[in-house]
Amino acid sequence: MNNRLLQFSFKYGAIIFIGIVLLFFSLYNQYFFTYNNLADILRSISIVTFVAIGVTISLTVDGFDLSVGSTVSLATVLSATLMVWFQMPLVLVIVIPLVFGAIVGLINAFLIVKVRIPDLLATLAVMYIVSGVHKTYTKGYSIYSNMQMQDGTKAPGVMTKEFLWIGQGKLLGVPFPVILMVIAVVAAHLFFKYTRLGRQMIMMGGNEEAARLSGLRVKRVRTYAYVASGVLAAIGGILFAARVGNGQVDAGSPMLMEAVAAVFVGYSVFGAGRPNVIGTFFGAILIGVLVNGMTMLNVEYYTTDIIKGAVLVLALAVTFIHLNRRKNG
Amino acid sequence: MVSGQPVRTARLLRMSGIGKSFAGVAALKNVDFELRGGEVHALLGANGAGKSTLMKILSGAYEGDEGTIEIDGQTLLVRSPADAKKNGIHCVYQEVDTSLVQHLSVAENIMLDRLASSEGGKWISWGKLNEEAAQVLARLGLQIDVLRSVSELTLAEKQLVLIARLFAQEAKFVILDEPTAPLSMEEADRLFSLMEGLKAAGIGIVFISHRLPEVFRVSDRITVMRDGGVVMNEPAAETDAGAVIRAMLGKSFEEEYPKLEASIGEPLLVTRGLAAGRRVRGVDLTVRSGEIVAVVGLVGAGKTELSRLLFGADVAEKGTIELGGKNILPRSPAEGVEAGIVLVPEERRKEGILVRESVLHNLSLPILRSLSRFSLISGAKERRYAENVIGRLGIKASHPEIATAFLSGGNQQKVAIGKWTSTDAKIFMFDEPTKGVDIGAKRDIFRIIGELAQQGKGILYLTCEFAEALGLADRILVLCDGEIVRSFDRGEATQEDLLYYASAGKEELA
Repeated sequence: MNNRLLQFSFKYGAIIFIGIVLLFFSLYNQYFFTYNNLADILRSISIVTFVAIGVTISLTVDGFDLSVGSTVSLATVLSATLMVWFQMPLVLVIVIPLVFGAIVGLINAFLIVKVRIPDLLATLAVMYIVSGVHKTYTKGYSIYSNMQMQDGTKAPGVMTKEFLWIGQGKLLGVPFPVILMVIAVVAAHLFFKYTRLGRQMIMMGGNEEAARLSGLRVKRVRTYAYVASGVLAAIGGILFAARVGNGQVDAGSPMLMEAVAAVFVGYSVFGAGRPNVIGTFFGAILIGVLVNGMTMLNVEYYTTDIIKGAVLVLALAVTFIHLNRRKNG
Repeated sequence: MVSGQPVRTARLLRMSGIGKSFAGVAALKNVDFELRGGEVHALLGANGAGKSTLMKILSGAYEGDEGTIEIDGQTLLVRSPADAKKNGIHCVYQEVDTSLVQHLSVAENIMLDRLASSEGGKWISWGKLNEEAAQVLARLGLQIDVLRSVSELTLAEKQLVLIARLFAQEAKFVILDEPTAPLSMEEADRLFSLMEGLKAAGIGIVFISHRLPEVFRVSDRITVMRDGGVVMNEPAAETDAGAVIRAMLGKSFEEEYPKLEASIGEPLLVTRGLAAGRRVRGVDLTVRSGEIVAVVGLVGAGKTELSRLLFGADVAEKGTIELGGKNILPRSPAEGVEAGIVLVPEERRKEGILVRESVLHNLSLPILRSLSRFSLISGAKERRYAENVIGRLGIKASHPEIATAFLSGGNQQKVAIGKWTSTDAKIFMFDEPTKGVDIGAKRDIFRIIGELAQQGKGILYLTCEFAEALGLADRILVLCDGEIVRSFDRGEATQEDLLYYASAGKEELA
């Protein structure tokens, strides 16, 4: 492939690919390009977008957080049980899972920054621990309103209306999770562009040693990154519980893969060549569109994994071919 | 194939009007260079004079911006090392290991081209291969067992194998880039007799070396470069070492880089018994405000380690550091900066700057706090600040948003220095700041350091370039094996004194 074509495909390839996919599905099914369906796509990606913003942050500091999927699962069952088992008020139902997300982030940061385990391995271990914790907590059962308890009684609480509105409600005709997602994307973008901590994360990701020798407190910044990743995954988990109206076990496990794919598609959006929030958003849209479109084509859900994996491979290939060229050139 | 005829026809390689710029900074200006077959042509010059750039153009590693290369009047297009080799131009770099295949035998390495190419069929005749390799070695008067694995050879032997290989590849012109630097006297002698053999075979040799005695011993012609141009080109027999040195140096250091006067005040930085590991073993030193203190030492004396301890990049095991009367012992660079001590590290591209990031973001990184309110960075303030530093330090960058990777080495170094100039640091440390920096930027860097001293900052200048220390410093401390073995006031020492004390206790110094 010649150089200019490669440059072009790196810069606009992802955008054009999204365009082609949209066009294809629109022509194939007239229902696809309607407000309702598009709103549906955006709502379906809102959860994974939160997780993907977290992955963007950990990748920005040149780290990696594999535990986000199981953190989503943990937050999902936590928020559900807090209502169904303990009938807690809405504020606690939201705050407690967030705190647990932050704790997972702190554990990751401790293992990586203090014990100095490589990111991938540390978060791989934590991923399994968190996954085990959330299943042990629910004894492997999914949580739903007035569920049957093991002692034969019925659980006292229900998934409250206010809580479900977070995932299912609309504001001025726009699904509420979509509004939350747009706010999060804009806020994260501004965070990286205009705040000191955001800038420090970007600089540190470029070269940790050089950043450290510039007086940056790299351990602290890395810790913030993992805490942010954990909290964002927890938000994803809460939204998931609110959207489906129960607390499924292992709800988050597919999300790690989708989030990572979104972030790496984002690498090549407008040729950024590094993790960036806007690119991540486009990446999440691409995945949402693919899943939605394939559902319309009656592709079985298990087949969609192949497509998602292929998208990730393609995004990685474009990114790394480009990065290696830049390194050698 | 190795051909039977011993003498390759004498040829003339001519480079004319060669020009080359990096990021707008001229490294070579209208350079002419000639090399005849059967001649050893020494190419001399101080660091940064342009000799390696010129040779990289000849060997295809760089493409020249201007000028032509021709052999016997025929213009060549040398765009890659492969192009150069096709025309019989080969280069032996110092890092011989990268050019050899370690686990293969000497014979296989010498005949590597034959093994790699498809000619000669699919089958390898080991007997023939080994014999031909042995013939090449014999012709060059070398005694190395062709069956030995290259990984077992000494560095000097590897070098000889590499040269034998390019002989087997029918090289016509050979560049030897400081081949004697890592060799002992005997090994160098062996190399010189090999060079005689190459000469006799009609091969033209460019010989790069810093050791003048051997240059005069082996060379037929000497070219001296300075500041990207040729300043001398004469037959070796018609010149002498004094003339060559004068041509290399041009003006004396003091003429070239006048020292700025600064008034020296109270002690700012005082260390006692500072030690960590094997490299820093009990260092006592004092730096006063307005004073430039140079720490000189050979490579491995512990200069970098000392600077890292003071900065907090590494943590001292023993000893005290006092800064402005307060005891500090920085445990991280962040603490060092907070205490008022900063470091421009030796590894500029790995440690001094973030190459992928913009000049703007590099400059603002250490002072983001003062450029922001409530954690929000003020873009306008940041830009104003960066433009100010860029102007003040004379950083040549097309715009502040350009990635520092695109700047020349000297300008990158100015960014690495500039990022500290607006902090409240009282002590500035520079670890080999002129490494790989062109002359113009070097002058700027010395001026910046002088100005910092005038502002009452204390300067600790760590270098193995003795001339720089002599020209720049108010006081020179000689570091050897992690200890300060001698202190000189300005004007007290000569280069020889410094070298003597810097290598004291080492065997080479007889």
